Amino acid sequence: MKPISRVVQSTPPSGIRRFFDIVSQMDDVISLGVGEPDFATPWRAREACIYSLERGQTHYTSNYGMLELRQAISAYLRRQEGLEYNPENQILITVGVSEGMDLAMRAILNPGDEVIVPEPSFVAYKPCVSFAGGVPVVIPSYMDTGFTVTPEQVEAAVTDKTKAILISYPCNPTGAVASKDTLQRIVDIACKYDLYIISDEIYDRLTYEGKHVCIPTLTGAYERTILLNGFSKTYAMTGWRIGYAAGLPEIIEAMMKVHQYTMMCAPVMAQVAALEAIRNGESDSNEMIEQYNQRRRVIVKGLNDAGLKCLMPGGAFYAFPSIKETGLSSDEFSERLLFEEKVAVVPGGAFGECGEGHIRCSYATSMDKINLAVERIARFVSRL
Amino acid sequence: MIDKQILKILERDARTSPSDIAVMLGKTEDEVRESIKNMEANGIIRRYKTVIDWEKAGREQVFAFIDVRVTPSRGVGFDDVAKRIYNFPEVHSVYLVSGDYDLRVVVGGKTMHEVAFFVAEKLATLENVLSTRTSFLLKKYKDDGDVFVETETDNRLAVTP
Repeated sequence: MKPISRVVQSTPPSGIRRFFDIVSQMDDVISLGVGEPDFATPWRAREACIYSLERGQTHYTSNYGMLELRQAISAYLRRQEGLEYNPENQILITVGVSEGMDLAMRAILNPGDEVIVPEPSFVAYKPCVSFAGGVPVVIPSYMDTGFTVTPEQVEAAVTDKTKAILISYPCNPTGAVASKDTLQRIVDIACKYDLYIISDEIYDRLTYEGKHVCIPTLTGAYERTILLNGFSKTYAMTGWRIGYAAGLPEIIEAMMKVHQYTMMCAPVMAQVAALEAIRNGESDSNEMIEQYNQRRRVIVKGLNDAGLKCLMPGGAFYAFPSIKETGLSSDEFSERLLFEEKVAVVPGGAFGECGEGHIRCSYATSMDKINLAVERIARFVSRL
Repeated sequence: MIDKQILKILERDARTSPSDIAVMLGKTEDEVRESIKNMEANGIIRRYKTVIDWEKAGREQVFAFIDVRVTPSRGVGFDDVAKRIYNFPEVHSVYLVSGDYDLRVVVGGKTMHEVAFFVAEKLATLENVLSTRTSFLLKKYKDDGDVFVETETDNRLAVTP
């Protein structure tokens, strides 16, 4: 048989996968490796979905998604960020932000176009660019800048082939948030070189100190930004796969075209649940955020006390401590921690080369488990 | 000073130590101790108790919800008759409610007979009590925010991006 696609073949499988295979064969593991909320979806959203199924609401929706849901998102963005997006043609309901990211890349890229991708970052970004025929250009960030890239790095990475820059704060895996000033200067560079900005703001509400900076609110950003967000983290709805994209009508229409021919529409029952969540889920959501915030302080103190230098993350639900002083690679550290103390974390190298020397610890797990895990990590580190 | 965040943590788990609360909220341990002490002193924190599944512990217990219609007394309204009722140790809760009946009383006993006897002997015979309506508790699903039947387990994959 002829070989499969060169692009797909040359894309390595997610570094997380190998770990998952090991962990799933072990018992009694405390996992700090999970990239999703430990809370189940608020009951009101689940109940709304059940009711819609009972009524037989089981058909296709508009390619853009249910108008009611787009209207609710439009109202939410106006209320939360003061942004105006017309629900008729500026908002597209996607199958999670993952699909939104894919659509954004396929809508704007020509073969060979470059996309600037800061790292450490979500594992899917680079493959998304490559699958769409683009070339990811990585700019690294490290602990000394709080894991945010600098405007100087961004500008230095711009070439005549650069088409877009990807921004994602709060960041998975580092929990980093960038200052308004830094983000504005990055936006200025995008304006200077006429670049698209793709902003993945899935963790926007999980910002613990100060207010989240929504990229399209910055000067000059609205026209060139594709805002990606969704329901997975804010409303603990990961498995429902509902996200959305917001931007100028011509960009959203282009994304809709790809979506129309590949996905048709996001699942209707999940859209119904998302509608209930965005309409009435505010207090459920705030309750979860308050708990993440408490766990954040506990895990960061615990990791630092254990001898792993860890910054206080400003958002998301990840701590990203350094393990450099142990002399182990992030793979070795994670593997030995798993076998010797039954605690699962994700090696930082899975999120880009510059993530090496760190591990990602998710605190989307109960306080009891966090305390126990931290205790085991401390024991492990003291033995090294 | 009232600190609602501390109250919420203690409501969830009364055994959370002041040092843990301090880390969770980004305060000093002394601040937390001081705050708890104050809230205990002025009765905001009334006491600390444990949520127990007595059925699982093997204790036979019967509960009934008794709606009571009463004639309020001049000057003291419903308070007087409510006090006559809530002082009985068998009585778990007493609420003044709107609707057809005035008081909702929760009574516990070892047997159904014991509860029925209490209603007939002590409640119905009170001077201001006009009538009662008794409903026996058959199954407890959720009590005071705690679900007593099967709970959802963490079925997430152990490692995800």
